[in-house]
Amino acid sequence: MKPLTNIIRKEVKELLTPATIIPVVVMAVLFASLGGMIGGAQEEASKAPIIGLIDLDGGNYSQVISSYISANSEIAYNGTDVDVGLEAVRTAGGPAVIVVEPDFTSDISAGIPGTVRVYWIMAGAGVMDSVSSSVVDVILSGAGQMLSARMIEEGASTNSSLILAPMVKSETTYFKQMTMDDISPSTVSGVLSSQSFLIPLVVMLVILMSGGSIIGSMGMEKENKTLETLLTMPVKRRDIVMGKLAGAAVVGLLMAIVYMAGMGYYMGSLQGQSAIDMARFGLVLDPLDYLLVGLSLFLAVLGALALCMLMGAFARDFKSAQTLTMPITFLAMVPFFIMMMKDFSTLPLVGQAVIFLIPFSHPMMVMNNLMFNDYGLVIAGIAYEAVFAAVTVGLSVWLFKKDMLITGWKKGSKKTVRGFMRKGR
Amino acid sequence: MESVSAVEVIDLVKTFGEVRAVDGLSFSVSEGEVFGLIGPNGAGKTTTMRMMSTLLQVTSGSINIFGHDVMKETDEVRRIISYLPEEAGAYKNLTGRQYLEFIARFFAKGEGAIEIAARGMDVARLGDRIDDRVETYSKGMARRLLVGRALMFRPRLAILDELTSGLDVISAQQIRRVVRDSTKAGTTVIVSSHNMLEVELICDRIALVNAGKLVELGTPSELKYRYGAANIEDVFVRVVG
Repeated sequence: MKPLTNIIRKEVKELLTPATIIPVVVMAVLFASLGGMIGGAQEEASKAPIIGLIDLDGGNYSQVISSYISANSEIAYNGTDVDVGLEAVRTAGGPAVIVVEPDFTSDISAGIPGTVRVYWIMAGAGVMDSVSSSVVDVILSGAGQMLSARMIEEGASTNSSLILAPMVKSETTYFKQMTMDDISPSTVSGVLSSQSFLIPLVVMLVILMSGGSIIGSMGMEKENKTLETLLTMPVKRRDIVMGKLAGAAVVGLLMAIVYMAGMGYYMGSLQGQSAIDMARFGLVLDPLDYLLVGLSLFLAVLGALALCMLMGAFARDFKSAQTLTMPITFLAMVPFFIMMMKDFSTLPLVGQAVIFLIPFSHPMMVMNNLMFNDYGLVIAGIAYEAVFAAVTVGLSVWLFKKDMLITGWKKGSKKTVRGFMRKGR
Repeated sequence: MESVSAVEVIDLVKTFGEVRAVDGLSFSVSEGEVFGLIGPNGAGKTTTMRMMSTLLQVTSGSINIFGHDVMKETDEVRRIISYLPEEAGAYKNLTGRQYLEFIARFFAKGEGAIEIAARGMDVARLGDRIDDRVETYSKGMARRLLVGRALMFRPRLAILDELTSGLDVISAQQIRRVVRDSTKAGTTVIVSSHNMLEVELICDRIALVNAGKLVELGTPSELKYRYGAANIEDVFVRVVG
C-alpha cells in the first residue's frame, strides 16, 4: 500500500465515526420530515377546498361569484341554512361556509360593494392549519375579479373603485368553541403563533444550552479525570446530581434570558404592526395560567437536564459528549418545528402520541392550550412531565451509584439496567 | 503493643461480566501502616482500590475500613478515606489554590477549609504557581497538587494509586517523605506502584497480587529473604514472571 493511500485510509477511518455520521443523519431526517410536511401543504393547497355555499341573493352578480366558487371548490352544502351548512362543512372537514348576502346584486347596482359573509371553521393555529382557508381566500379573490370583468363587460358602472373591489368580506371565525367576529383564521393563527413563539423558542434554547453544558461537564469530568475524585468526596451522590443539574439550569436560563431579550425585541417590533386585541375574545392568561406555564417549563427543563446527565454519563471525553447532545437536540427541535406548522389537535393520532411523549412539547403548547381553556391537556402534560422528570432524575442518581459511571458501558451493564427496571427503583 | 486493624479485606471478588478482576482477595492493614499493593498490569490492584474507595461495588466478600463496611456505610467511609487515582486530574479552569479550597469545603467550613487547603499547599510545594490555573501546570506539578489534595485533610486511610507517577526524582522523594510523615499523624496508607524501589522504601508490608489473587504477603525483608532476592524487583519477577 502506498504511503498516501495508507494516510487517506487512516484519515477516513478516523473521521467516519458515529460521532460524525449521526449528526448528518439526524439533520437529514429532520429536513426530510420538514420537506414532507411542506409537500403535504402544497398538495393540500392544490386540492379544491370543501365548502358550504349559501346564495341568499340569487341575482345576476351573485350568480357570477357562486358559479366561480362552485367551479373551484367541492361543495358540501348548498342550501339556505347557515347552521346546517356549518355542520355539513365541519363534518366534511372543510374550512368555510360562504354566504352571499340577500342584497348583493342590488347593492352593487346601487354603487355599493356587495357583501359576502364568510364563516370560517378553524381547525388549528399552526401555519399549515390555515392552508385550506388561504385557498378559499384565493378563490374569493378570483370570484371578485370575475365579477369585476363582468361589470366591465356590461359597462355597469363608471366607479373605478367599485369595479376594482365590487364585494366586501364580512368574517366570523369559529375556533375551539370560540366565536370571533371580524377576524380571519390567518390573523388568529398569526397572532397566536407569534404570541406563543417565544415560549417554544426559549424552551428549545434552555434545553439545548443547559443540556449541552451538562453533557459537556460530564465529558470534561471524564476527560480531565476528576470524576473519580469527586465521587469519593463525603457527599451524597444525589447531591452531586442535583448540584450539577442546578448549575446547568442556572447557566442555561442565563443564556436563554439573553436570547429571549433579543428575540423579544425582534418579535415586539413585528407584532407592533399586526397585533390584535386578543383580550376582546377572552384569549388572555390569568395568574394560575402563568403558574402552570412556569411549572410546565420547569419540569421540562428538569427532565431534559436529567436526561442529558444520563447521556453524559456515557461520554468518554468532551468530544464524545458533544455527539451525545444530538438526540436531545432532535427531541427539542422536532416539537418546535411541528408546533409551528400544526396545532396539536389537528395532528393525526400517531403524531399526537409522539408529540405528547416528547416531554419538551408540553411547555411549547401550554400557552395556546390555556388560552382556549384546554386544561385537560395541560394537566395531563404536566403530570407526564413530572413523571418523566422524576424517572430521569431517579435514574441519574441510581447511575451515579453504579460501576458503569466509572467503567463505562461494558458487558454486564445491560444486566444492571435490567435489574433497575425490575426493581423499579 | 498489638496494632489495630485499619482495613480488613475478606474473600473479595469483583467480576465484570465473565471476567473475575479480583478473585478471592484477603488481607488486612494495620493502623499507621504503609501497605503496598503490587502486581503486573491487570492484576486487580486498581479495581481493589476503587472498591475500597466506594467507587465500584463489591461482587462478593467484604471490605471493612475502621469498622465501617464499604458497601453498607459508604458515607462514613468517604469521610475518613482519601483516594488518589493513577490518572487523576484537577479542574483545569481553577487555580491550584481554588482547587484545594473547593475540595477542602467538603470537609470543613470557613476558616477550617482554608486551614485544610493551606496544608495541601504545603504538601504540593508549588510556590507562586499555586495561583496559576491548573491547565498551565506540568504533569509533575499537577501530581503534586493532587497528592496535596489527597493528604491535606489528614484522612484515616489514604489510598494512593501509583503515588509518584509522572514525578521527577526529587519531587518523588519529597512526596514519599510526606507520605511517610503522614503516618505519624495517624494516617494509614495503601499504595500501589510499579516502582519497586519506591515500594521497598516506603512500605511496611507488601501484598503481591496476580490475576486477582494474593500470591505473596510480607515485609520487604521477609519477601527478599523468602526468595533469596537482592531487592523487591527480583521478588516480583520470581513470583509473577
